[in-house]
Amino acid sequence: MTMNSVGRPTRPEGEPLNDYLHPTLTGARGLLQDEALIFELGGWDKTGVDLEAPEFDASDLGDLVRAEPIGLPGLSEPEAMRHYVRLSQKNHAIDLALYPLGSCTMKHNPRLNEKAARLPGFGDVHPLQPISTVQGALALMDKLAHWLKTLTGMPAVALTPKAGAHGELCGLLCIRAAHEANGQGHRKTVLTPTSAHGTNPATAAFVGYTVQEIAQTADGRVDLADLEAKLGPHVAAIMVTNPNTCGLFEREVVEIARLTHAAGAYFYCDGANFNAIVGRVRPGDLGVDAMHINLHKTFSTPHGGGGPGAGPVVLSQALAPHAPTPWVVHGDDGFELVERAEGQAEAAFGRMCAFHGQMGMFVRAYAYMLSHGADGLRQVAEDAVLNANYLKAVLSAEMSPAFPDGPCMHEALFDDAWLEGTGVTTLDFAKAMIDEGFHPMTMYFPLVVHGAMLIEPTETEPKAELDRFADALLKLARAAKAGDVDRFKGAPYHAPLRRLDETQAARKPRLRWTAPEAPKMAAE
Amino acid sequence: MRYLPLTPHDRAEMLATIGVASIDDLFVDVPAAARRGGLVDLPLHAGEFEVEREMMELAGRNRSAGQGPFFCGAGAYKHHVPASVDHLIQRSEFLTSYTPYQPEIAQGTLQVLFEFQTQVAALTGMEVANASLYDGSTATAEAVMMASRITRRNKAVLSPGLHPHYAETVQTLAHAVGMDIERMPLAIDAEAEVVAHIGPDTACVVVQTPNLFGTATDVSKIAAAAQAAGALLIVVTTEAVSYGLLKSPGAMGADIAVAEGQSIGVGLNYGGPYVGLFACREKYVRQAPGRLCGETVDADGRRGFVLTLSTREQHIRRDKATSNICTNSGLCALAFSIHMSLLGEAGLRRLAALNHQAARRLAARIAEVPGFQVLTPRYFNEIAVRTPIPAEHLVQLLADHGILGGVPVSRLDPGAGMDDVLLLAATELTRPADIEILARATTRLLSQ
Repeated sequence: MTMNSVGRPTRPEGEPLNDYLHPTLTGARGLLQDEALIFELGGWDKTGVDLEAPEFDASDLGDLVRAEPIGLPGLSEPEAMRHYVRLSQKNHAIDLALYPLGSCTMKHNPRLNEKAARLPGFGDVHPLQPISTVQGALALMDKLAHWLKTLTGMPAVALTPKAGAHGELCGLLCIRAAHEANGQGHRKTVLTPTSAHGTNPATAAFVGYTVQEIAQTADGRVDLADLEAKLGPHVAAIMVTNPNTCGLFEREVVEIARLTHAAGAYFYCDGANFNAIVGRVRPGDLGVDAMHINLHKTFSTPHGGGGPGAGPVVLSQALAPHAPTPWVVHGDDGFELVERAEGQAEAAFGRMCAFHGQMGMFVRAYAYMLSHGADGLRQVAEDAVLNANYLKAVLSAEMSPAFPDGPCMHEALFDDAWLEGTGVTTLDFAKAMIDEGFHPMTMYFPLVVHGAMLIEPTETEPKAELDRFADALLKLARAAKAGDVDRFKGAPYHAPLRRLDETQAARKPRLRWTAPEAPKMAAE
Repeated sequence: MRYLPLTPHDRAEMLATIGVASIDDLFVDVPAAARRGGLVDLPLHAGEFEVEREMMELAGRNRSAGQGPFFCGAGAYKHHVPASVDHLIQRSEFLTSYTPYQPEIAQGTLQVLFEFQTQVAALTGMEVANASLYDGSTATAEAVMMASRITRRNKAVLSPGLHPHYAETVQTLAHAVGMDIERMPLAIDAEAEVVAHIGPDTACVVVQTPNLFGTATDVSKIAAAAQAAGALLIVVTTEAVSYGLLKSPGAMGADIAVAEGQSIGVGLNYGGPYVGLFACREKYVRQAPGRLCGETVDADGRRGFVLTLSTREQHIRRDKATSNICTNSGLCALAFSIHMSLLGEAGLRRLAALNHQAARRLAARIAEVPGFQVLTPRYFNEIAVRTPIPAEHLVQLLADHGILGGVPVSRLDPGAGMDDVLLLAATELTRPADIEILARATTRLLSQ
């Protein structure tokens, strides 16, 4: 999921304000240590790994051997544990509290899935072992594919894309290949709503399409008249997120698909929000031609501080022949892997990456699916939607929902109308949430709502946590309206760091540690 | 259901607060025809031990690398990962956090990324590195696109030792953007020949070292030739441990260095997730793909880290972005960085020397097997050997005897005319006894 630049922190305003508590003498804050970089912890000749001394030298390699030092410090194991545990304590995490990033689906990550992925039969298997030695891995990929196809009502799935954006790329390349195969290669435009994730236009432009925006109706949906006006023989595809980034189901999605197909274009659905409908609605019943599924959203594989993700793409019959290699097939002696774009795969558009995709994520996602089953997954969607609507109802006491009429799906979108005249911005409000122990919601996205605040609680939040969260937000909202502006402008006060100067970071980028210059002589 | 905290009582109370009668009232926007009353045709929920049992059953149908003598490489390598690495990456605060958009409460992830970038820059001998990409193959494709943006040229030359999966990944993306790719046929030691293919329209030359066949090459002359023609040199490495012994891409004049970082800290995982390393000259950084972490200060003047130069990225620039990348490979980058911190320079150099030593032992012993010939002239930890029977057949025979005996080139490129070429890798985990088992089994199987 993405966030927009508008309102991102630029420079902290005002003077340093750390006099709200006694500044410490060491830079630590209670148990929160001021941790140096590994490059400042010394250890240039230290190692935390015991390896025997080699008996051979590398004289056979002559001057291919590295002559220059590398410049890497080492840490013993206890030092390494301290360094990384200290750093970890400066992160927010879903295991600490509700993490309401709209469109990101920060749900609980079951530890059974971690255990399964670490079984040697999955974690310690080489991608190019003989097929006879990896039948369990191929069986798992086949089962995962079956679940994804059944849940979406789509006939095919490409498993290899490594993240959602990679899945978008895969879907568009399938669409492009299908158009080329049908003599429609001249179609060079992709239509996408203004509310789309940034990855949609970025992906379309990356593969050479011109992006044109579709207008939105007052109730937060695709404007059918505008879509119809913009569709034509030059349009290759539409990219529409459903449920959309306003957290709303596209009521006219079937008509959107019909219009798109009538114009000879394909319907790419951004499946980032599949969590809201899994087990209840099948995208295949809505006329979708391709949709990526973020396994790290709907199917709970951990976000890991920014990946790895996985973005399998389900495909309609029209697009399936163009799916990238490799894929798993049932052969005479068990499962086989089609690795090359020839024979039965001759229409494949190519290869997305080396090997076979994010197997470690497949294992986790499949364990998650088995745990929930058909009934549990349906309950996932229902509880996700229930939790979001509950927050929308409770928070509406002080905040203004962007689309007050009717239910939302898995996320509740608010605008900043309720902050008008307070001097507090969406960004300030979000930073004050940090002081109250919560990660901010997605801000300033989607672009179609002023000062947007997009809150996605997910189904794994208990009611007590929702109430605790809502209580914090309502108290903050009342504080903002009561003129307690300093609480917001200087926030966060209680985080490991105060607001960071992003302008300086971008103006003079320091992207790596460099050794400090030797101190100058006093006489100079 | 153990992952769903709401009770029926909670649900009823919450529906009342919302002011609707039933959960169906929250799905009214779904077209009636698409509303599914019943359950999809899949099994019902299962308890933890039932799921674990099924996962163990599936895992048990795979032969794991640690079960016996193991010699597979070709872009993924079996190395030892210290126990502390896996423990640390499972800390909740690393495992269950999001991309660090709110730097005040993500300094753990951000400082790790800053340290990771510094480590990658040092290893590759380049000025700057990014916060990782999906893997080595996609990093290579991104590098080619970046070279085209920088030079405003449209052609790339892929060297004859480039991993075929990497070449296909580049070709797929290049076809999509209308770039022209000249892919040289596979050859064991012909990197120098790329120079003859550099022309005025060449954006970049992509050279892998050590290459698919394990051949290590000094690319300095290729760098000079490319740069003299206004093209960039992209150096690809699939075995990151080699940085501990061999000259770095930067020292040989690379403009962009990309690598598969799986060897350090990340397991084999049947091909993913892995971690793509990406480094380049500083002057090109604004054209680089992916996340970048930079140093700055907070409101109190304390040092901190943020994602920066995001004006290159999709969430700001949308259709003008340098890449569509959003998620990278954060947790694998963390594993890489922790393992590299444990190794340190001393440990990495020793690890690399042990890998090289194992490969020398392997090469010496396998050359004694009748009908075998070592083809790789200069290698780090991987060699290509000529086999007296088709390599694919030999590998299957060995697998039937509990030995994972390397990767046949024909698996990667059946059209290369290399059916009798086998890739064998050795690492610090390869014992002399394993090499002996391979050599004896091969001798015996071939004499039958």
